[in-house]
Order: sequence, then structure tokens, then C-alpha cells
Amino acid sequence: MSDTGAWVADTNNRGRSTAARAAAWRFVLQRASAAVLAVCVVIHLATMIYAARHGLSSEAVVARMHVTPAWPAFYALFVVAAAIHAPLGIRTVVDEWLGLRGRVVDAALGFFALLLLGGGLYAVRALAG
Amino acid sequence: MIDRDASALGTARAARAMRRNDVRARSHAAYWAFMTHRLSGVALAVFLPIHFFVLAQALAHPGTLDAFLDWTRRPAVKLAETLLVLALAAHLGGGVRLLLVEFAGWRAERQKTAIALTAAAAVAIALLFALAA
Amino acid sequence: MSENRDSTLPVRIWRGDANGRFERYDVPRHASQTVLDVVSHVQKHVDATLAYRYACRVGMCGSCAMTVNGKARWTCRTHVDAVVGDAMLEIAPLNHMPIVRDLVVDMAPFFDKWAAAMGAFTPTATRHDDFAQVEPASPQRRAIDATIECIGCAVCYASCDVVGWKPAYLGPAALNRAWTLVNDVRDGAGAARLRAVSDDAGCQACHTHQSCTERCPKHLAPTGAIAGLKRRVALAALKGQL
Repeated sequence: MSDTGAWVADTNNRGRSTAARAAAWRFVLQRASAAVLAVCVVIHLATMIYAARHGLSSEAVVARMHVTPAWPAFYALFVVAAAIHAPLGIRTVVDEWLGLRGRVVDAALGFFALLLLGGGLYAVRALAG
Repeated sequence: MIDRDASALGTARAARAMRRNDVRARSHAAYWAFMTHRLSGVALAVFLPIHFFVLAQALAHPGTLDAFLDWTRRPAVKLAETLLVLALAAHLGGGVRLLLVEFAGWRAERQKTAIALTAAAAVAIALLFALAA
Repeated sequence: MSENRDSTLPVRIWRGDANGRFERYDVPRHASQTVLDVVSHVQKHVDATLAYRYACRVGMCGSCAMTVNGKARWTCRTHVDAVVGDAMLEIAPLNHMPIVRDLVVDMAPFFDKWAAAMGAFTPTATRHDDFAQVEPASPQRRAIDATIECIGCAVCYASCDVVGWKPAYLGPAALNRAWTLVNDVRDGAGAARLRAVSDDAGCQACHTHQSCTERCPKHLAPTGAIAGLKRRVALAALKGQL
């Protein structure tokens, strides 16, 4: 250990602050986006099952979603929550099962998040017509 | 206070010197629930970008929508859709259960019933979709 | 409980270090025999070089923990009749710790992580202060009561797959002990302990497999303790106290 004096003096664990905060915030974001997704997924599944059971074609579903701006807004929220949740989940899997971690992995996952955000909002815009 | 980096806690050498769990240690409900949650999550994460782009293409270019719809009527695609609905419902159920354990103080010792119910709900949702689609 | 010399029990026991292998022994089978009895018989009468740990042999100390048929258990409290199945009885050292020899593992990483999680009491009072008044029915004391009985046997640590996948993971026992101290109104560590357990390899790495809770011989639920830590750490982060 290069700076034993500082380490011994750090009885308040201040040296761990950055890592601790980062881990805590990742947890908060993951769980908060999960809660949002829980609501969105219930609505999405209900919509899809309703459409299937009523024999609605995809055009009919889309036509109904054009009627109000609430649907595009709902799906935009859905996309944002998914763009936060999925990369954070994959981050853990890649760490534990592939043994990959660090800045490059985090950058790749950031790119994945942007991909989801971009692709998803593009679809929402197409939905909104 | 231990310096994690300097100790033998995470070294690869230490990792090779030990034995690991096999399926016998993993044969209990909460573990199966975890594995279902993780695998469904990975499947959904892989599917999602494809879903967004295909949907966006079909919506933005009406000419391609018809061809896309014909494609979705094929049985293999219907099966894939049902499996995705199953994955989504399973991930949702497991996720809500975990949120309740972590935030609402649902007792860790009493999870078997919740696991059984969420698994049943996921299958029910998938069937509601499949038997109507 | 007479000895039936015609009845023998075949058993596979791990010999050597991580590059070792299972060796077969045939031991006399008795009624009410425990797995520790089997191991002791081999060491006393068959091969004196077999290395293993035990102390109290009555289910109090946790020293005799080993992997029996793939699951971590206290061998003094595991009846052979309860675990012998179609396959041969298999006895191996605990998982996730470096193997010293045969059934003995190096428990230093386990206890190092206990220290890294700040699993030690940080006093604040002096001899001049009055005794602390801790209400037994208070939520914090009840949280402690539910988790304080841990004796550090490492069965949970050996059972946890996150420990297996992520060598730096603090593990259920260390985090469980940290939780008891987080709830101890006399303890002075405060946010320092929350910082110690908040990490990619800290409490947030628990995925609620519940293998720890499933296997704990004291019937503790480290899963619940770790969930409590997750909540406490998240709250501290939101309040800017981390």
C-alpha cells in the first residue's frame, strides 16, 4: 500500500465514497426504472392481450393509439425506463458470467442504452405519426 | 479496514484454488426463480432493439407494413411472440416479487408461495395471449 | 444400536488440494451415524493423513462444515441416513475458499471480508457513561435478534453462487453481520459502514438466490438482512450521506 498513513487515517471510509455512491445510484436507478416498467408492462401486456382477444389487426391497434397523445407519451416513458433498466441488468450478467467489467464494458453498455433510447423513440415517433 | 485490492479477496489465483457449486446446491425454488428472471431478462434485452427497429420500420413506411403483418401471421412467429410474452410476464412477476422483498419487507423465509404464484401468473398471461392470438 | 459388520457404507472423500480428487472408502455403517462419524472413522482407522476440522461435534461451533452431496452442511448434524441416496455419499471441502488439504479450507478470505464489511462493533461510550438503554421490542433490536445468532461457519458463503461468480463479493455472512451493527443504536460507525457495504461487490450484488437462507444451520435469513442494507444504503445515497 503506497499511502499507509492516509489509509490508516481513513477510519471514516471516505476513500470508498465514489465507489459506494456509484453502486448505490446504480441500484436506485435500476429499482426505480423497474417500478416504472412494472406499470408499463402490465398496461402493455393488457393492451396486447386485449388486441389479440378482440381480433384487432395491428393497423387497428395503431389507429386507436393515434387518437390521443397519451399513448405516444406512455410509450416514450416506457422506452426511457427500458433504456435505463436493460443495460444495468446486462452489466451484472456480463460481470458475473463473462467476467468482464471496467470502463470499456460501461462504455459499451452506455452505447447500448443510447441504441435503445434512439431506436425506441424513433418507433414512438413513427407511432405518433 | 481492508484494502480490497491488496488482499487475496478477488485474485484469479485464489479463484482457481477452490471448488464451486454444482446443480445440487442450486436445486431450490428461489434459485430457479432467479435463473428464470436472469434468462428472461437477457432474452428481452436482446429482443428489445430488434423490436424497436422492426416496429419503427413498419410504422414509418406503410408499404412495408403489409408484408410485415403477413410475416407475423406465420405460426413460428406466433410461437416466438408467445415465448416473448412468457419471458416478459415471468420477468415482470419475478421483478415485482423482488421489489417487495427489497422494499416492502416481504420475508425472505416465506418466498416459496410467492414464487409459485408468480410462475403460475406468467404461464396464465402467456396462455391468455397464445389462445387468442 | 448394535454394530452390523455386514453393512458397509461406500463414501467418496476429497483428497488433496484443488487439483486433488475423490477417493473411495468403505466404512462400517451404524444407526444414527453422522457424516462427521464417517470422516472421523476414516482418519482414525483407515488413513491417518486425512485432514479435517471439527470441535464441539454437537452442532454449536460450526467448525465441521463441509460439502455433503453438493450441499454445504454441518457434518456433525447430518445423519448419513438423511443424505445417502442413489449415488455414493460424497464429502468434499466447503466451496469458494482455497483448499488447504483434503477437507480443510483457508477461511481467511471469509473473515477478511467480514472485516471489509466493517463487521466489528465501533464503540462510542466510555466507562463514564451510563449503560445504553435498548428497547427489546424496538424495530432495530428485533432486526438484530433475527440475525445475531451467526457463528461464522461459512455455510452460507460456500452456498452463495454470487461468491462463486464474483470473487470480491463480500458474501452473506459479512453483510448479515454488518446489518446487525447498522441497527445497533450504540454503534458509532454510521455512514462509514454503509460505504463499506455499498459496491458492485457489496450488498447490491445479492440477487436473492436465497441459497444462504436455504442452507443456514441456524435458520437465519441473510437475504433479508442484505435487503435491509440495500434499503439503508439507497436512502443514504438519496440523502447525500454516502
